Amino acid sequence: MSILTQDQTKRITDRVMSLSKADECIVNIEGARIGNIRFARNAVSTAGLADDTRLTVQVAFGKRQGTATINEFDDKSLEKAVRRAEDLARLAPENPEFMPAIAKTGYKSSDTFVPATAAIDPEFRAQAAAYAMEACRKKGLVSAGFFTDREMFETVANSNGVFGHQVATSLDFTCTVRTEDGRGSGWVKRSARDVARFDAREAADVAIEKALRSVDAKALEPGRYTVVMEPSATSDLLTFMMGGFNARLADEGRSFLSKKGGQNRLGDKLFDQQVNIWSDPWDKDVPVLPWDGNMLPRERIHLVKDGRINALNYSQYWAKQKGQRAIGSAGNIIMAGTDKSTEELIANTRKGVLVTRTWYIRMVDPQSVLVTGLTRDGTFYIENGKVKYPIKNFRFNESPVSMLNNIDEIGKPLVIGGDEANYSMLIPSMKIRDFNFTSLSDAV
Amino acid sequence: MERRKFLQIGAGTAGAMLIPVFGNAIAADELLNAMPRSAKKALADIALNAATQAGASYCDVRIGRYLNQFIITRDLNVENISNTESSGVGVRVVAGGAYGFASTNDMTPDGIANAARQAVAIAKANAKLQSEQVRLAPVKGVGEVAWATPVRKDWRGIPVKDKADMLIAANKAGLDAGASFMTASLFQINQQKYFASTDGSYIDQDIHRLWAPINATAVDKASGKFRSRAGLSSPVSMGYEYFDAKASDKVQAAGGVTTLYTGSYDIVEDAGLAGKQAREKLGAKSVEPGKYDLVLSPEHLFLTIHENVGHPTELDRVLGYEANYAGTSFATLDKWETRKFKYGSERVNFVADRTTPGSLGLIGYDDEGVRAKKWDIIRNGMLVNYQATRDQAHIIGEKESHGCSYADSWSTIQFQRMPNVSLEPGKARLTPDEMVKDVKKGIYVLGRGSYSIDQQRYNFQFGGTLFYEIRNGKITGPLEDVAYQANTQEFWNACSAICDERDWRMGGSFFDGKGQPSQVSAVSHGSSTSRFNGINVINTARKIG
Repeated sequence: MSILTQDQTKRITDRVMSLSKADECIVNIEGARIGNIRFARNAVSTAGLADDTRLTVQVAFGKRQGTATINEFDDKSLEKAVRRAEDLARLAPENPEFMPAIAKTGYKSSDTFVPATAAIDPEFRAQAAAYAMEACRKKGLVSAGFFTDREMFETVANSNGVFGHQVATSLDFTCTVRTEDGRGSGWVKRSARDVARFDAREAADVAIEKALRSVDAKALEPGRYTVVMEPSATSDLLTFMMGGFNARLADEGRSFLSKKGGQNRLGDKLFDQQVNIWSDPWDKDVPVLPWDGNMLPRERIHLVKDGRINALNYSQYWAKQKGQRAIGSAGNIIMAGTDKSTEELIANTRKGVLVTRTWYIRMVDPQSVLVTGLTRDGTFYIENGKVKYPIKNFRFNESPVSMLNNIDEIGKPLVIGGDEANYSMLIPSMKIRDFNFTSLSDAV
Repeated sequence: MERRKFLQIGAGTAGAMLIPVFGNAIAADELLNAMPRSAKKALADIALNAATQAGASYCDVRIGRYLNQFIITRDLNVENISNTESSGVGVRVVAGGAYGFASTNDMTPDGIANAARQAVAIAKANAKLQSEQVRLAPVKGVGEVAWATPVRKDWRGIPVKDKADMLIAANKAGLDAGASFMTASLFQINQQKYFASTDGSYIDQDIHRLWAPINATAVDKASGKFRSRAGLSSPVSMGYEYFDAKASDKVQAAGGVTTLYTGSYDIVEDAGLAGKQAREKLGAKSVEPGKYDLVLSPEHLFLTIHENVGHPTELDRVLGYEANYAGTSFATLDKWETRKFKYGSERVNFVADRTTPGSLGLIGYDDEGVRAKKWDIIRNGMLVNYQATRDQAHIIGEKESHGCSYADSWSTIQFQRMPNVSLEPGKARLTPDEMVKDVKKGIYVLGRGSYSIDQQRYNFQFGGTLFYEIRNGKITGPLEDVAYQANTQEFWNACSAICDERDWRMGGSFFDGKGQPSQVSAVSHGSSTSRFNGINVINTARKIG
């Protein structure tokens, strides 16, 4: 029962609304069928299918609010969820910052669903894994990877007459290839909404080639280097910066976009002129639902324009305090690029480091967005426009803010799913000066 | 916090509690009216029979009901109170020598039988690609048994208003003491798990966990600087009695720099200290980079243990099953086979234990029906064992599983997860104050900070919450911008002293991520205050724009 139609969810939301005695009622239904196959040591380790549907009811009596979630949909369960939310709301203290449910609005649908992706079956998944495993067996390499596909829907509704329903599909494939002696490792990631744009062979070949080329890495001294970073290397770094665009945090002095004296940095030029970052629910490559977690309609938001901070994200409450308009928070991050391939960026580099991937990134200081993390699965030395030899992995301590100030060249954007961030992303490769590597890692 | 994000905390599996209206006992008619065991057994048998008839050589079924309540507060406001409930069934099978898994929230006999047949179909599809057959260590069926977390006060029976009032009181104490902003949250988790397998086990478990993270932030508008201090409590697997603070559960840190907590938690006191210390951090001296002797408090060291010892000794990582995500491990089988791999100094002893009272890893049985146990991982500094599940035990010559299998939901497949891994206390009598007296140039680190480690667990960098300079045996004042970088083996071999059992207490990770699709689990790590000599400390202060 995981994928419900609009008619089915409309009946459920209407029923929930009719059961509620609260001043307002907000309903959210989400369902997903998620298939996956995981392989390691050139064999399937686990595979499965999970399907679940979830109903969330949020009600308010005045400024008292309560929420209940359940995954059963018979009449008795619907009533149970409503009563639980109401019981909680009655017992909750008043929230002075309570914001009422949004007024009736429409949503302009985005193109998030592809039937062919929804039709992926266990055989397809097994085939996606099989190519990597067989190719690695033949070459004496060891593969590990994960393929997952999702078909999901979301319905939102509230007692002011808001109603939205949309279906979506996506897939992600990651593959790590290691040499049998553990001296080389390569990795690839591919994300897509449309299965027609996914090629398991192409992806696995990238990881195989990187693994073979990364054997016998040399140690370079830690320090500041020019780096050519593939999209997977920068995407997670950038997401650490996005929380700072919260207007309230910036105004309260708790963001890198806060200024001395209590102002924010809206309008300030913080990045290189080439940097343009926006979100757009209707983007053709990384479309997302046209509403956010609070049912606010999403719009195209140009966060960084020609290096300047162009917009901040306002919650409903903070927008009201500051006389601003609340817009749905971003579901995707898009950074402008060029037509240059990563190979072209390498060709234009006299001395530098090619980074395939960054890993285990954590915030060290939110004041400067200093983060630490490591390179992984394919780090190479570049000399006179050519990849010369593999090098040992580095730990870095660097801020994406500094990074976006030190851009030499930007490449072609690639669709990339965040490892630890919940965004769809379209991020280019970049060539960056003075990237701060602080120590060496023996990890392969 | 966005409502959806908030609801997803805790991996999206949670459950509704019944709220005691007007503070009466919980509406027990439903909560305590969980599905009767006989009904669960009947459903489980449907899955076991359907899987066996479809060709499974082994099947286990987990019927889960996951109940959570989350309360989120900011300053003097309650931002959200949410109850979530999720119920369903997960079926794992072995067919043709391969695993298959399917889950469903359709808890009708037909729905469960279909899931079982789907799991077998998936296993058969996988078997075509399989080079090694799944080999399960034997488990003797235990028949029908039950186990529950020892709880004196069930969180489900505490009025919501009392909980919200407690969090708001904590925030008020922090704000009064100097914080510009405070947050306090309460995560309450109940997992009702019924496990059955073709081995003949029918195990009913009722597991409870709690965590009350707080955070104080102080802002200096004139300079634009802001600093935070997180709470010093631990997440626990026990009842709401954890918040009945007892004087006997309070510990003075070395030099009296702050108060720490063991078997119960005074959240209001800690929040007050957090507000005061966040403000102090704004004026603290920025650390001079270099080599220092580190004195690490258990509230900080737990995370270092987690990353340095817990993860590298997971056998699936060692074997390469996690290579595509979390990575592999430097603690390879050849090192273990020699029995001479010096993981740490001779005083370093690590024990894996799923039976420690109050710990997050406390269970009766794991998600493969294996009884909880205790075993050595590192003894006298040497690597002696790993953490294994049923399908891994034979690889390290074990006759049975260590009981390390866990799934975070009925909808996810169980796999190897970390038990509590704890550092044994030092044998000689030693207090933190006595430890500090022997340090010429050092830093005392308390609380959890940022943490990052490479994919084979060699190179790591950790921060903390509170840092104090130690000069010639005395704590001289607070420090800021501190992080230490080291290599795991060098670090643990630099362990020069461990305080005795009087100082032993646990910290814990409530949302430890691993696997694909990523799952969370909760695990505790105990230790006494420990000293590490000559560790590299960096300064993390940066200027932007």
